[in-house]
Amino acid sequence: MAQTLSTLAYLVASVLFIMALRGLSNPETSRQGNLFGMVGMGIAIVATLLKPGMGAGGIVLVLAGLAIGGTIGTLLAQRIQMTSLPQLVAAFHSLVGMAAVFVAAAAFYSPESFGIGYAGNIKGASLVEMSLGLAIGAITFSGSVIAFAKLDGRMSGSPIIFKGQHMLNAALGALLLVLVIAFVATGSPFLFWLIAILSFVLGFLLIIPIGGADMPVVVSMLNSYSGWAAAGIGFTIGNLLLIVTGALVGASGAILSYIMCKGMNRSIINVLLGGFGSDSGAAAGPGAGGADRAPVKAGSPEDAAYIMKNAQKIIIVPGYGMAVAQAQQVVREMADLLKKEGAEISYAIHPVAGRMPGHMNVLLAEANVPYDEVHELEEINAEFAEADVAYVIGANDVTNPAAKTDKSSAIYGMPILDVEKAKTVFFVKRGMASGYAGVENELFFRPNTMMLFGDAKKVTQQIVQSLQK
Amino acid sequence: MNPQQIANEAASLSDRAAQLAEHARQLAEVAAPVAAAAEPFLLLLTIFLMACFVGYYVVWNVTPALHSPLMGVTNAISSVIVVGAILATGLADSWAAKAFGFIAVTLASVNIFGGFMVTRRMLAMFKKKGS
Repeated sequence: MAQTLSTLAYLVASVLFIMALRGLSNPETSRQGNLFGMVGMGIAIVATLLKPGMGAGGIVLVLAGLAIGGTIGTLLAQRIQMTSLPQLVAAFHSLVGMAAVFVAAAAFYSPESFGIGYAGNIKGASLVEMSLGLAIGAITFSGSVIAFAKLDGRMSGSPIIFKGQHMLNAALGALLLVLVIAFVATGSPFLFWLIAILSFVLGFLLIIPIGGADMPVVVSMLNSYSGWAAAGIGFTIGNLLLIVTGALVGASGAILSYIMCKGMNRSIINVLLGGFGSDSGAAAGPGAGGADRAPVKAGSPEDAAYIMKNAQKIIIVPGYGMAVAQAQQVVREMADLLKKEGAEISYAIHPVAGRMPGHMNVLLAEANVPYDEVHELEEINAEFAEADVAYVIGANDVTNPAAKTDKSSAIYGMPILDVEKAKTVFFVKRGMASGYAGVENELFFRPNTMMLFGDAKKVTQQIVQSLQK
Repeated sequence: MNPQQIANEAASLSDRAAQLAEHARQLAEVAAPVAAAAEPFLLLLTIFLMACFVGYYVVWNVTPALHSPLMGVTNAISSVIVVGAILATGLADSWAAKAFGFIAVTLASVNIFGGFMVTRRMLAMFKKKGS
């Protein structure tokens, strides 16, 4: 009877988790969705604690773990700056991976508590599932640690490439498979830990060749992995809730990775093989040969303020540079002043802007930009032709018209924002350097483009000051 | 769509999943004499595949503006692995397994609380024009 009750509770929790994701279809229902998720998790934890056989000592230990982890998690979530969100999420993914490794280890050393056999004599099928959960968990852990280090600037964002890298990874992958087969045949603890170590190394090696601006794909992919790891553990211990949730999370991460890759017109394989945005990659791109072009027109913030004051329709195009300069607040102030002058303001977001999916939307929301002013590429791209001003701040490759015309360009075929169709384009940028893809932006040389050189925040602040005069 | 409709939809979805699971169980029962060990695995596999489909359709409906909160929520719910960790901590006899379970509970709780909290913070910032 108690078994039926806990299974029922797990079913309720699964439905609540589905509803949590369902709520995210709209900002209005999303807060309620998050609440559903919390309730579902609460039900799952309580139902597990009430299972027959739980000793008082064990329950105390669990509650202690929940209290310690909960305090750390809550503090982290409250203190983190929204610009650092991608590295926080990467760090969280690593914890799921590590937890999966430890649960697999616990199941291995105490199989009778999960009903999968006895120590030294575990069912073969369970060993297969266990090694899957273990390997995916370990890869998620070390891969996320590298993603965290790259996003947090503790490690250079540029790809680390060496000769024979892909061969080495393939060989290690094959070795991992052999170890899993041997482990299933023998059930040896030595092989268990060898699989764990090899998977750690593999996760590390898989992520180091991937460049900083490809991190949205990596973070989504690791999100997916953390789900598959949970599902693998779910199969091991025969738990319905872990399997359902793992599948949901795995599917979600996979879809996000797909959307990110499509936003760059690159295949997931191309991203994973890495090397994009490295020096060698830049040399291969047709970035040179800018000598015979029209001169670049540079303007002052005062010029920009004057032109924008007389504009009817202004579209702001934010990119990662805005996040780095922490300019979102002052951009909103500029927009507010321009609205008072009678201009219509909207924001255009490219799918891969920022360092994680939806990063720009969160930063703009933090600066109190109403979400109905913020539009995705497909929604707004046709409107650039009617716009008086496009204000590009911290975005580069995603506005490069070469993606539409130049077949030899590294970014050819990537969907881009048609900013060049606006009457005037302001491009806020530190200098003339190329973007991540190592491709020079021909937009800089167009007659309707005016470059505003300087720090994104300072330039926008100066515009705000001129507008206030 | 109001919460009631969402609830109804989710209920009918779970009904259908339950029906499918029931079919699979019956199928597995037929196959049981042939491969007694295969039954629970087939059932779990069925549930897994169904959940993949549910995830696929639900996530495509998420608005791109909320993709960061989506990662926050999925991150938090993937820590449901805590269930396995609690079972290990509470039920295991071996001290090694208990210790592994305890560490896993702690790690997963960082994620559960951190994930839901940071998502709440994000979602609280999304406001409509004029509100």
